[in-house]
This record gives sequence, structure tokens and C-alpha cells, in this order.
Amino acid sequence: MTFKRFVEIGRVALVNYGKEYGQLVVIVDIVDQNRALVDAPDMIRSQINFKRLSLTDIKIDIPRSPKKKTLIAAMEEADVKNKWEKSSWGRKLIVQQRRASLNDFDRFKVMLAKIKRGGVIKQELAKLKKESAA
Amino acid sequence: MVSFRFHQYQVVGRALPTPGDEQPKIYRMKLWATNEVRAKSKFWYFLRKLKKVKKSNGQILALNEIFERYPTVVKNYGIWLRYQSRTGYHNMYKEFRDTTLNGAVEQMYDEMASRHRVRSPCIQIIKTATVPNDMCKRENTKQFHDEKIRFPLIFKKVRPPSRVLKTTFKASRPNLFM
Repeated sequence: MTFKRFVEIGRVALVNYGKEYGQLVVIVDIVDQNRALVDAPDMIRSQINFKRLSLTDIKIDIPRSPKKKTLIAAMEEADVKNKWEKSSWGRKLIVQQRRASLNDFDRFKVMLAKIKRGGVIKQELAKLKKESAA
Repeated sequence: MVSFRFHQYQVVGRALPTPGDEQPKIYRMKLWATNEVRAKSKFWYFLRKLKKVKKSNGQILALNEIFERYPTVVKNYGIWLRYQSRTGYHNMYKEFRDTTLNGAVEQMYDEMASRHRVRSPCIQIIKTATVPNDMCKRENTKQFHDEKIRFPLIFKKVRPPSRVLKTTFKASRPNLFM
């Protein structure tokens, strides 16, 4: 049970508390044992406590405290956005946001789709039962 | 950025001109206070100890707040201070890693209160400086000077994303492994 996700320069993390909740940020420098300097393309570089960060598997290659341009270029090169949206954690977050933003008509459509899916599953199950009984 | 308890001010003052001394010497001090009123008061406190001038026969010429020049760069701050303990006055040198000087000074006040039970009125800041990496004295700050620093977070604190979503009881035990 060794550790796989380290706090290091270039580690991508998700903010899980506070004003920037839900943003992906990159650890750009380490202030001390409890705080890191983080940066993202659309926010001012600031310090944040590790308690507010959830580390991800993604790591990019940057020098310590890079310029904003270098950071954005490195993020493009490592394709952070796509990697995040394809990862299972990222996909789950996207689904959560989609479900939270449904309106009543969408929820009605979801209900119909669920009933249809349930019907198809029951048909297949009935077929399999008949085959195993026979 | 979080608002700081202590702000850095530059206070400039001199004695009032008298018939005997038309152009008294002007003195400038950089000090920390919670607000501007306290900064002026502190200025007279220190100046009284150094020169023969009081608030009643002096005037403050300028009072400006000093802001951090590079708040997005992590620096090592060395703070020299003089504090009053239960048994007498002592000098101390402390190092802090922070992005702003105000943040480091606030860390210093917090640490003096917790480690030595010294409250803020009993602390006088003699000098502050940004210390380059090779001149740092304390192991605690030197351990973060590694270019390739990395460490795991060993304990994941499970928190709801905001205080409104806090619940007293949970259905299952949380997984604390990162």
C-alpha cells in the first residue's frame, strides 16, 4: 500500500472546499508543510491549504514557479483537460453536474428512458429463464 | 487573499519647528499595526525611546500602507524580534516561509503566542528581511528548498464542500487513505 499521488510541482489537484470549489489547479510551488502555491489558467496565483485539495493522477512537467504562459503551454501539451474529462473521476463529476442541471422536462425524459431500459432488460431475462428452464 | 490582521505602515514624522530649531530632523519608521491609528501611536512610542520628542510636540508628516511587491512568489522571511516573557526581555530570530511579509508576520505572532505564550502587545519587531535560500538558518525552512520536493499526503480529511451540508451522522465509515 505505497503512495501513488504525491504533492509535487506540476501535480494537478481538484479544489474541494471554498470559493474555488470544483476547479482544477496545478501545484506550482510549495510554501510549507500545509500550504502550496497553486495556479490555473483562469485564476490568480494564490496559496491554498492542502486540506482544500484532492490530488489527481495527472502530473505535468513544469519548473518551479513558472510564468503563466509556460504553465498554460505545459497544460496544453499534457492535455490536462481531455485527460481529466476522460478519467473515471472526471466523467463522474460531469454526470453529476448534468444531473443537477436537469429541468422537469428532462427528468420526465429520463424517467421514460429508464422504464424503456428496464423493459428491455426484463425481456432478455425472461428469454434466458426460458432457455435455462427448457 | 485572506485579510491580514497586521498591516505594514510607513510613518514619517518630526518634532514641531520651534524658534530654536526651524528645520527639525525628519524620521521615518516602518512598523506593523492592525490599523492606521495604532500605527501612529506605535510610531510615537518608538520615537520617544530614540529621540527627545513626544506626540504633543511633534507632527506626523505621512502615513502610508506598504503592500507586498510580489505576492505570488514564495519567499523565506527572517524576523528579528524582542519580546517580554514572564522573567524579562529576550531577543529572538525566527524564519517563516510565506508569500507575503504580512503573512509571515502574522505567522510569527501566532507562533509566539502558542509556543511562548507571548501576546502581541509584548512583541516588538526589530527587523524583517527576505532571506535567500542559502542563508536560511532553520532546518524547518531549509527542508522546503529542494527543487524536486515531493511528499504524499497521508491523511485525507473528509469534509462536505460547505458548512451547510454538514451532518452529524454518516451511513458508513469514511475512507481516510488518500
